[in-house]
Amino acid sequence: MVTFQFVPYQDIENLSSAKRINKLLNIVKENKIVLMEGRLKKEEEGDLIEITMGEITQKFKGIELSVIYPDRSKQDLFQKVRGTMTSVLLGNREGMTIIGPASIVKKIEKNPNKIELFTREARGE
Amino acid sequence: MVKEFFMNLLKRLSFNPFSKKSHIKLGLYGPPNGGKSTLANRICEDWLGESMSSVSHIPHETREIVIKEQVTIKNGKGKELTFSLVDTPGIATKIDYEDFLKRGLNKEEAKKRAKEATKGVIDSIKWLDKMESVIVVLDATQDPYSQVNVTILGNLQARDIPVLIVANKVDLKKSSIDAIQSAFPQYKVIGISAKYGKNVDDFYEELFKFAK
Repeated sequence: MVTFQFVPYQDIENLSSAKRINKLLNIVKENKIVLMEGRLKKEEEGDLIEITMGEITQKFKGIELSVIYPDRSKQDLFQKVRGTMTSVLLGNREGMTIIGPASIVKKIEKNPNKIELFTREARGE
Repeated sequence: MVKEFFMNLLKRLSFNPFSKKSHIKLGLYGPPNGGKSTLANRICEDWLGESMSSVSHIPHETREIVIKEQVTIKNGKGKELTFSLVDTPGIATKIDYEDFLKRGLNKEEAKKRAKEATKGVIDSIKWLDKMESVIVVLDATQDPYSQVNVTILGNLQARDIPVLIVANKVDLKKSSIDAIQSAFPQYKVIGISAKYGKNVDDFYEELFKFAK
């Protein structure tokens, strides 16, 4: 069985970068797949990888990460302005971030608006 | 007193109008097994007559930052470009020692390699702040839409670091420079084979344009 946990943007918007990352990573370490509304900042994605590497053990092998984000180049002017205004007022809620434990999620393929999530076969079943 | 204040201020701001920057730090970044070390060796062999890093078909062969100081290349017009070349460990989101077992390493070697590889990824990310220009080396036979690629490029963009994407392994049939270019249309992409030296002269010309 695979468990998904939805994390609404409001749950992380007031957290510092370190706390955001820890919150997400703690869920993943419980062998759940995070579906987060919006996306992390670019630097936070780098920090997420860095912190993940520091946590790797024989049991926790890392993460699979994917972000779906609207392609701004395909938006008209009104959509771009509305998206920017929304980001300024409400934070970066556009798109969705998927983070799963590498022991469960084998691969996430994005091409570019479709996401395919491949899981590993459970051992000993 | 006033002079001392201004000298300290300039020092703090790392700004000295009388000194000319001698050379830049040029980083090689990318996911594991993209060919960063092969490209580092190609550059060093072409211009210094010696290799720089060891290469292997097993991922995470480079697990420590390797620096080659004072690499000078020349273009067709006789212009010179000098840089410190920084070969970095491949950036990954997961490292499983069992993957190394499958590649023929024994358990002890595999665990050691995994531990060193995690540290290598951390070092690569930390060193982003020290780079002045970066070549992102991608395997042109692989899907370019990986989140690692997006995250590396996003972090470089956020730091305002100039980027040149190298689509490596174009000698292989499965390779596609177009796939990389369409995934990252905002960047200049140059296709090469670092292993066989294909199109490296064009790559050196591009280096002059972007690493000013």
